[in-house]
Amino acid sequence: MFSIEHITHLIDAWLYGNLPPTLALLIECLIVGLAAITLFAVLGLVLVLMERKVSAHMQIRLGPNRVGPGGMFQTVADTLKLAMKEGLTPDGADKFLFNLAPYLVIVVSMMILAPVAFAKGVQLWDLNIGVLYVTAISSLSVIGILMAGWASNNKYSLLGAMRSGAQIVSYELSAGMSLISIVVLTGSLRISDIIASQQNGWWLFKGHIPAVISFAIFIIAVTAETNRAPFDLAEAESELTAGFHTEYSGMKFALFFLAEYVNIFIVCAIAATLFLGGWMPLHIGNWAGFNHVMDYIPSSIWFVGKVFSLIFLIMWFRWTFPRLRIDQLLRLEWKYLLPISMLNLLLMTLIAINGWHF
Amino acid sequence: MIEELATTDAGEMVVNVGPQHPSTHGVLHLVITLRGETIRKVEPHLGYIHRSIEKMCESLSYRQFIYVTSRMDYLSSHINNHACALCVEKGLQVELPARAKVIRVLMDELTRLASHQLWWGAMAMDVGALTPFFHAFREREAINDIMEETCGARLTMNYMVPGGVMADLHPNFQKRVKDFIHLFRSKIDEYDELVTGNVIFRSRMEGVGRLSAADAISYGCTGPTARGSGVRCDIRKLAPYEIYDQLQFEEPLETGGDCFARYLVRMREMRQSLSIIEQLIDNIPQGDFQAKTKAVLKLPKGEFYSRVETARGEFGVYIISEGGMTPYRIKFRSPGFSNLSALDHMARGYKIGDLVAIMGTLDLVIPDIDR
Repeated sequence: MFSIEHITHLIDAWLYGNLPPTLALLIECLIVGLAAITLFAVLGLVLVLMERKVSAHMQIRLGPNRVGPGGMFQTVADTLKLAMKEGLTPDGADKFLFNLAPYLVIVVSMMILAPVAFAKGVQLWDLNIGVLYVTAISSLSVIGILMAGWASNNKYSLLGAMRSGAQIVSYELSAGMSLISIVVLTGSLRISDIIASQQNGWWLFKGHIPAVISFAIFIIAVTAETNRAPFDLAEAESELTAGFHTEYSGMKFALFFLAEYVNIFIVCAIAATLFLGGWMPLHIGNWAGFNHVMDYIPSSIWFVGKVFSLIFLIMWFRWTFPRLRIDQLLRLEWKYLLPISMLNLLLMTLIAINGWHF
Repeated sequence: MIEELATTDAGEMVVNVGPQHPSTHGVLHLVITLRGETIRKVEPHLGYIHRSIEKMCESLSYRQFIYVTSRMDYLSSHINNHACALCVEKGLQVELPARAKVIRVLMDELTRLASHQLWWGAMAMDVGALTPFFHAFREREAINDIMEETCGARLTMNYMVPGGVMADLHPNFQKRVKDFIHLFRSKIDEYDELVTGNVIFRSRMEGVGRLSAADAISYGCTGPTARGSGVRCDIRKLAPYEIYDQLQFEEPLETGGDCFARYLVRMREMRQSLSIIEQLIDNIPQGDFQAKTKAVLKLPKGEFYSRVETARGEFGVYIISEGGMTPYRIKFRSPGFSNLSALDHMARGYKIGDLVAIMGTLDLVIPDIDR
């Protein structure tokens, strides 16, 4: 069976066999860094195209279809255009913070990529506090957004940034609670352990109703955390024109845009890892034949398939629902999602202690 | 001036919404005073698309000036033209052939439907749902095609002339309208499914932008804006023109006075328009489509007023004639202007997101306000 793991092990063995260990480690770091940046760029291009195609088909349109076969290179052309555009810094803006903000946002999204397991054995950094690391780093992106809103010297940007701040700080509570409920079941924060614990079934199915509830809450909360509709108040084009990135143009705007899409990928990857078994194939009880067939599908395909199904779900939200108002948004979190997820966590703990889960 | 107003003592912030803004649907400029997200004051600044249409009309003949009025409320251009033609006919005392009357009513109702469809899409877009806009345009396209066949234009029709209509109906008209009715009957249910019943949409609309019946009257609101507050003001019922008194239709009234009530009134109006078209489409009388009028129209000395119900409310035309070939003075009473005047009253104390929703339910067309 083909696996990316073989290739990584081959490279690792070759480097350490032919070079001094320090140099080998350095080169490995370099390769990993390049791979992360390439992945970042490719994800941005693919997801933007996917969003445009999905929205087009929901809106009785064709979407991009001129550049390349089926419009495949439309986003490449757009990126080239954005790269060549002038990056304006408005008069009266805090130049240092204004220019720093997009990099901060993008660096944060890059950092969260580290513990994500893309396939069997393909993981940049399997640290023992993986889930904690993800929640801790993801809450940093709000600083970049607040910085952008404040430094732009624009009232729309400021309003967008304030909304975004309130929103992300509130919703990461429920998102964290949902993650903890799975951690309670597995007893480990390490991503590889969590995936390994789902070998005979995904937590979404094994964890009874509390797992389903926490999955739903997690999807809602991360939709809000990534500022996607129906929670796109930070951008709210019909109210705040473009929210916190109103004043950004050219490549600086492109970085915000890229970060948004990579963030969607990351949160969906986390959801897939914790609830849908990461790269684990779908196994159903004692159906040995079925399970065997499923094992033949490479683990990377399983992971990408799960993540993109979730991404499609989040895109589907965006093109269906109207936007919430800021007070309704906060009420939903503090009055409904947070109490429910707290109660859910208690239930989950009870299940875990008594070993009621499958 | 705006710079000085940037902040006030009470910790309020002054924000310019427009003239270039996605949800003002044109070049409307609102200066809003905010405290946090809460609106303290809304001050509309008009005039960005003022073209002196009233003054322009004074130098145009009674046949010509009607064409300019298509450019006012461009979404109900048929109905604007209709009001002007009615006013001139009043002065000339021309009796219209029955066929012309029916054609006019049919066109008016089709226009109302097209206008409400566009409003529905734009309204949903204002509250953040982007997809309904495309669905609304799909059905509006069918009406535009019908209009194009008969009138030769899709937006500024200029089809109503003093004495009747410009040309006879296209042979395909009846068939295509029937097809459209069949199509739209199912689509309007789809509209309800997609937007009306949506939990988020309901929570954005209900209880927002309340306008009491007394306030609606004192601000001079008309059309669905006033009917959402329970004020009877349909000119088609109160002062029937053409053949509206012989038709079976009801005036939708809601008593909520909030955004959702105004939304429901428009949705119900679409069904009413559909039923009016259904009543008429098989009963178009034969005969002339235009009464015989002189080549050069001269109104007798005096004052003439006519009013009709457009998609946005009461539209009035007031002509003062000195007996010449051109009007001495023309005044248009546009529904959008009065409806906009109530915006400040409705939006105070609500959030920025609500302001957008309230503006959406007012169904503003800026050239109608500015003229």
